[in-house]
Order: sequence, then C-alpha cells, then structure tokens
Amino acid sequence: MKLAYWMYAGPAHIGTLRVASSFKNVHAIMHAPLGDDYFNVMRSMLERERNFTPVTTSVVDRHVLARGSQEKVVDNITRKDTEEAPDLIVLTPTCTSSILQEDLENFVERAQMECKGDVLLADVNHYRVNELEAGDRTLDQIVQYYINKARKKGELPEGKTAKPSVNIIGVSTLGFHNQHDATELKKLMDDLGIEVNLLLPESASVHELKNLPRAWFNLCPYRELGLMTAKYLEAEFGMPYVDITPMGVVETARCIRKIQQVINAQGANVDYENFIEEQTLHVSQAAWFSRSIDCQNLTGKKAVVFGDNTHAAAMTKILAREMGIHVVWAGTYCKYDADWFREQVSEYCDEVIITDDHGAIGDAIARVEPAAIFGTQMERHVGKRLNIPCGVIAAPIHIQDFPMGYKPFMGYEGTNQLVDLVYNSFTLGMEDHLLEIFGGHDTKEVITKGISATSDLNWTKDGLAELNKIPGFVRGKVKRNTEKFAREREIKDINVEVLYAAKEAVGA
Amino acid sequence: MTVAKPEALNFDCETGNYHTFCPISCVAWLYQKIEDSFFLVIGTKTCGYFLQNAMGVMIFAEPRYAMAELEEGDISAQLNDYEELKRLCLQIKRDRNPSVIVWIGTCTTEIIKMDLEGLAPKLEAEIGIPIVVARANGLDYAFTQGEDTVLASMALRCPAEAPVAEVEKGERNAIQKLINFGKRKEEVAQEESEYIDHPPLVLFGSLPDPVVTQLSLELKKQGIKVSGWLPAKRFTELPVVEEGYYVAGVNPFLSRTATTLMRRRKCKLIGAPFPIGPDGTRAWIEKICSVFGITPQGMDEREAKIWESLEDYVQLIRGKSVFFMGDNLLEISLARFLVRCGMTVPEIGIPYMDKRYQAAELALLEKTCEQMGVSLPNIVEKPDNYNQLQRINELNPDLVITGMAHANPLEARGITTKWSVEFTFAQIHGFTNARDILELVTRPLRRNNNLKGLGWDKLVKEESKV
Repeated sequence: MKLAYWMYAGPAHIGTLRVASSFKNVHAIMHAPLGDDYFNVMRSMLERERNFTPVTTSVVDRHVLARGSQEKVVDNITRKDTEEAPDLIVLTPTCTSSILQEDLENFVERAQMECKGDVLLADVNHYRVNELEAGDRTLDQIVQYYINKARKKGELPEGKTAKPSVNIIGVSTLGFHNQHDATELKKLMDDLGIEVNLLLPESASVHELKNLPRAWFNLCPYRELGLMTAKYLEAEFGMPYVDITPMGVVETARCIRKIQQVINAQGANVDYENFIEEQTLHVSQAAWFSRSIDCQNLTGKKAVVFGDNTHAAAMTKILAREMGIHVVWAGTYCKYDADWFREQVSEYCDEVIITDDHGAIGDAIARVEPAAIFGTQMERHVGKRLNIPCGVIAAPIHIQDFPMGYKPFMGYEGTNQLVDLVYNSFTLGMEDHLLEIFGGHDTKEVITKGISATSDLNWTKDGLAELNKIPGFVRGKVKRNTEKFAREREIKDINVEVLYAAKEAVGA
Repeated sequence: MTVAKPEALNFDCETGNYHTFCPISCVAWLYQKIEDSFFLVIGTKTCGYFLQNAMGVMIFAEPRYAMAELEEGDISAQLNDYEELKRLCLQIKRDRNPSVIVWIGTCTTEIIKMDLEGLAPKLEAEIGIPIVVARANGLDYAFTQGEDTVLASMALRCPAEAPVAEVEKGERNAIQKLINFGKRKEEVAQEESEYIDHPPLVLFGSLPDPVVTQLSLELKKQGIKVSGWLPAKRFTELPVVEEGYYVAGVNPFLSRTATTLMRRRKCKLIGAPFPIGPDGTRAWIEKICSVFGITPQGMDEREAKIWESLEDYVQLIRGKSVFFMGDNLLEISLARFLVRCGMTVPEIGIPYMDKRYQAAELALLEKTCEQMGVSLPNIVEKPDNYNQLQRINELNPDLVITGMAHANPLEARGITTKWSVEFTFAQIHGFTNARDILELVTRPLRRNNNLKGLGWDKLVKEESKV
C-alpha cells in the first residue's frame, strides 16, 4: 500500500481509452463498476468535445460479483454493434476486471461471432502498466490487428507512394497540445515536400491502417505514444522511423536532417539545409530571441523542469542550450523509461530526478528556489505556494491547457510559442520581485472602509460570525447588501437573521 | 416510451447503464464539513485518478484525504492488510493528527474481501484514533449515496446519552454555541424558553454551515429546537442520540442513515418531503410541527413572499419542459419544485429509488402535479443513458439536467442542458436558497436567450449517432 494524494500518469485503461476514442468510429466498452466512466467527463470537458465520447461501460455490480458477467459483456458488445455499427469495439479491462479474472478473451470471441464490426480485447494489465504505457501498447495492438487482417485477406498494398511520404504516429485525444502539434507537423511536412500518408490515431479510420506500409518512414514526435507501433512496422516492413521530437530550434533541425537522411537513403534527393537556415534565422523568432538583450537578462537564471519524457527533455535542452538558462534539475515521472531521459538531459542540467512522488518534487523545488518552474499543473500550484512563476509544459493538465487559439509546442511556430512561455514566466517573476523591493504598485492599507463609512450600523456578534463564514470573495458584496437592507428598514443591529432576511430580499 | 396520463406515478427500471460520479466523491464535501476528520480511500489508481480530476482545484489545497493505493502485493495477499493500514494510519496520525480517520472501502476492497470492519476496531485500539468504515463503492452505490454510507457508520458513533450537566450539552452543540455566543447564562436560560417543550430532534445530512444555521433558525421560529446535526462540524461534536429521539432527513439520498437511526439507535423517523424549494421547505417544517403537535405559524406569508421574490425566474421556465437523466438522487425533490414553478417533467431518471424513505416526497410530487394540472412524470430507476438520449431526441425538451459526459454533446445538438452535479454543491435547501436553485436552472435558458438570433444552435456537422 502506498499513501498517495496525486498521480502524474493515470491508470492503464485511460491510455487505452485515449487511443481507442481518438480513432474514427471505434467504440470502447469498459468492464468496470459504475462511476469508472469518468473518462467521458474529462474528454467532454477538457477537449470541449461536441460529440458523445464513444466509451460505454459494461457495469460490474453485485450480481456480476456473485455470478460472473455471464452474458452481460457479450450482450453489451453486440448491442453497441447494432446501435452504432462501429468498425471496431475495444473491450477495455480496468483494475476491477484485473482482479475478477474473468475470461474476457472468451467474451470477445463469442461477441465476434455475432458482431458485424471487429472486436478486440485491450491487452493491458492495470497493475503492471500506467496510462502512457497502456496507450502505446493499445495503439500497437490495433495496428498489428489490422495489418494481420489485411495480410490474411491479401489486401496489403504493395510498394511505396510515388512521392516521399510519412505516417505521423502518436497524436491522440487528451494529449498535451496534440491537436496544434499535429497541424504544425503537417505544415512542416508540406514545406518539406513530404506527403502525410496517415496521422495516427487521431481521426484515423481503422480501414486505412493497411495503408501504413506505403509511407517511406514513420515520425514519432512523442516518446510516450507510438514508438511500439513504429518499431513493429520497422521489424515487419523495414520501415525506418524518426523519433527526434521537433521541439525547439536545434531539435527541429536535427529532426529534419534525420528525415532528409532517411528519405535520401530510399532514393529521394533532397537537401533541407537552406530550408532549415531560412526558418531558423528568419521565420522562427527563437534564434533571434536568443541573441536579443531580453534573453541576455535570463543568462544563468535558475530553472527546474519536470514533466513527461518528451516535454521535460525537450524543454531542458531548450532552456540550457538555446537560452543560456541554468537548469538546476530536470525530472520525469516516466519511471519506466528513465534511462532514456537521463541520457537525453544529463549534459544540460546539474541533477536528474526520476520520481512520481509530487511531494518529493515540491521539496526539490523549495530546496533550490528557482526563478521559474516548467512543469505540470501540480508544479504550478507548488509555484503558487512558493511565489515562483510556472509555465505548464506537460500533462496532467487542466482545461486552460486546452486553448482554442493555435498553440503548438512543435515545429517552428512551436519555438515561438515556447519563447513566449519562457520569457513571460521569467519577466513575471522579475516584475514581482521589483514590486516587492519598491513596495508594490498600490498601498496595501484600505483608507475608507467601503461605501458604508458614515453608517451607524452595528453588527452583532452572531451576525458577524455568520458573515465571516461567507466565502471571502463575495463577503464584501453580502455585507454591503445586508447593510443596505438594514438601513432601508431602519434596523440598527444586524444579526444573523437580518443577514438571511436580506439575502432573501435581494435574492442573491 | 409514451406516458398516457397515468393515475399514479409510474415507475420503470432500465439497465443501469448510466453515467454518474463514483460514491467515493463524498470525501470531497465531507472532509470539508467535518473539520477534524481524515478520509482514507482504500483503492486503486482508478479511484485516485477520479478524485484528482473530479475535485479540480481542491486537490491543491492540502486536502485532508488521501488514497491508500493498493499494489499488486496487496491484491495477491502477499502483504498483510493490517500491517499496511497501520503503517499508513500512523503516518496520517503523525502528519495531521485527526480526531477520526474514515476508511472508504472501494470496489477493490470488496472484491478481494478485505475485512475493513474487522480490522478497524483492532487498529483503533492500537493507535488511539477512532476509525469509521464506510463502504462507498461503485458496485453498490451511486454518487451522493456515498455520504449515506459514511453517515450511517457515523450514526453508530453518536454518544448514546446526554452528559449530565446541561451546560456541557450546550458546549457540545456547535449551533447552540454560536447562538449563545457572548450571552450570559440567564440570557441563555431565557432563550431556552423560546422553544416549545418537545422531544429532542436530531437532523441528519451534511449541509454547508450557513444552511445549517438557516434551517435551524427556520425551525426556531416555530419553537422547535434542533438538538444536534449528524454530521456536526467536528467529529468530537457528534450529537447525542438516545432511544426515542426524533430524527429527520434533509436530503433524499440518506435512506441507509435513516434506517440505521431507526433500527440501531431506536429513533423515530419523521418522514417528510425534503426542504428543497419553498414548497418543500414548508412541507418539511409543517410535517415536523405536526409530529410535535405544534401549529405552524406564518407559513402562508413566508412561502408566498419567497414565491413573489422568485417570480422573475419562474417566468422564464413556466410552461417549459425539463428532462432529468438522473445521477444524484435529488431528482424527485427538484422535479417536484420545478413542477410547482410551472414546468412539465416527462421523465425523472434516478439511480436508486427508496419508496419508503422518499414516500412523503413522492406523495407531494403527485399532489403538486395534480394541483398544477400536468401529467405525472415517468420515474426511471437505473436509467439507460443510450435509451434516454433517444427519448430526448424524440421529446426535444427545453432543458435536460444531466452529467458532464453528455452536456457538451447535447448542447452541440441544440439541446439546452444544466450540469446536474452543481445541484449537489450549491446551497439549495430552505426558503433562503430557493432562488439559488432557479439561478442554476435558468442559467442555461438565460444564456441562450442572450445568444438568440445568432443562429448557432446546431454545431455538429451531420446528425451523428449517439
């Protein structure tokens, strides 16, 4: 048992649901108790999704506990098959079904006999993998399933596309700025004269999966999702993959050079050097920012970085290499993939921290007192408590991290966004600091006591006690309304009953 | 599903395939209500993930709750439950020193049959902190029923007899203390005489402190003294519950608590409609008065005055229809109030319907429909959300009260929604807060009125299947 208040990566089934519901016309059915369908709320609220989330539950209740699911799971699968005719139904195990140890595989086989669509059991164990690993695995599983299916039917297309082309693998629902990154990456590929063969899993149809091998190579922008699939496609079809995250000026260039190498090896004859130079010096503002005097002021400032592998590693490199900021420590909560992280960031920070204990991270922040933090929502709140500004760079995230406006983290526009994020975090800190030194913008003492300065009203002790229970942000308004009410009625002593009579009268 | 003006309320039961919050969410409001408590949810990452996301910003305010996250060793019994729980509870004692630790049992502890009720007394004796066990799991319960399981366990912890000295009793009671605050003893004695002599009354149901004060004052106007509330502000202030005391519920989802108070503590339950809406509040007070043989004073004027102050809001909803998808058990009371406001209710979805505990509320609903001349709603227990969406499509109601999983998709299809969970967290009880209910109910209608004329009603491309 472990005492825990907060977790960075969710349970396994969340990863499976994120992948399944990213696809078009794929439905997930969770084998779970009532209330575990919280994923639907998150998707509907955080992504502000207009469509119903294609996730339902085959409810595990007392009866299931006593007698087993019996026909229930099969019925739920076949029912969904007729109601919505999805291409694929993914039966998703949860922590509950992990310990019930029902033969879900058998349910899937039986349901498959009656269903028009395909039925698959997500191969994830709640107690062994987390959200990120499960997502990666589920995507790989679905891709393998459809490749094998096509192969069996002899429908696997031969050969490559005429022009160089790419599969972008790893863009999913509830992923941090994934939608914007996808747009930026597509644009980047377009600029490089590379066709996007398929974007996975977001908005892809499972029928298109058989066309995956037609691409010249795969691009995996995220370390956490898609690599398993890319490795499978490499082993199966000899497809090379590029797993350099194009985040930051230097890494974007490195990614593009790698792409150049990969497609030239297959007979393309491209030279992207001029493109990289043009973008770096004149399109992206990041390189120029590095030279500007603003950035000079950031030299040697202390920062700490924490997040998932992809974003924490990229951010550490950007801060240290492109802005001259002193990264005291960089950390990740992807413990299962810690070696990769260490290798990526070791030379760019003093210390590497691998943990998923938010308490340890909070302490580590307090210990070094950085000028800015780059982390998740949790670190933002630590920053609030310690009065240190924080830029959010990774999930877990809140609704404000799903902006409507165009805010990619990747590609050349991404570098611009990152400059703003970094610079704004630091200047806010600086401004704050200066205000402290010079005593602030405004005098802190209130000179008049609000609009009722001349009144001779008297708050009784019980009235005052009750007033103090009202949340601070509306207390002033309630007080004014009550006093106004009392004055109109010539009540001198305001007690608790007057307070509530006033509330009823003004209707607020 | 056609409703052909039934003679009596019609009850249906569907598949139970609906969206609701897991009952462990009750820790969110109970840890705030019971100030010296600590809630330990014994479950998995799934439970933790739900709490973390459902509670939003509260999670960052150092909540007095935590997960005891079960690992594979716990599931396969390689680790000793007792030793593990002892380790965590000692840590909690060190860090927070609470007056009570509430263990919330989850689906996992049920399935692996962890004997929490058996472990608690032993550990309690060993570490010296009361441990209350509540099995608030998704196998058995929905959302607000979590509070019910906690309060039912707490009911067994209420002191069995009043302390001898009368003064001390006053000290126990938070409201009393507040009302008596700063007064001399004679004044207190004089104030006691403002109450009519009646058997002790204890109210149950967790409400924000201001609402507790409001409802207590409301009863005080009738000369009725509230001897205590379950729960009180602090665990150490739980009310005395003696055999023969009267108890009354303030929320419709407290049937286990009511049963426990009746059977285990030998209390007499006052079965009344719930004090939600001015009509409900009045019926609640009148029922309590009638049990004590008191003629209620000034109720006509009081209720009329509140209705008068609601008129601007009532105008917005009169004649409109509202569909409850059902997820928090407040549905019957809210529907009854909205019918009184002039709305029609084709369907009331509800997770669980205790016809005995809610008998008075159901009777009032029936009577209200009759008086307002509208057809009786269809009450659907354990609803099926998919079927409900088909019915919503057919009926095209003016307002759907639903969970967040369906709210945005329905709005995108031009159907106005109100997020149901807000009714659980807003102050909706008593005369004073009737307006807050309508504030919530009318908000989407007012918003859509403001946006009317833009022609942005349907925002999905094709009528996609639900």
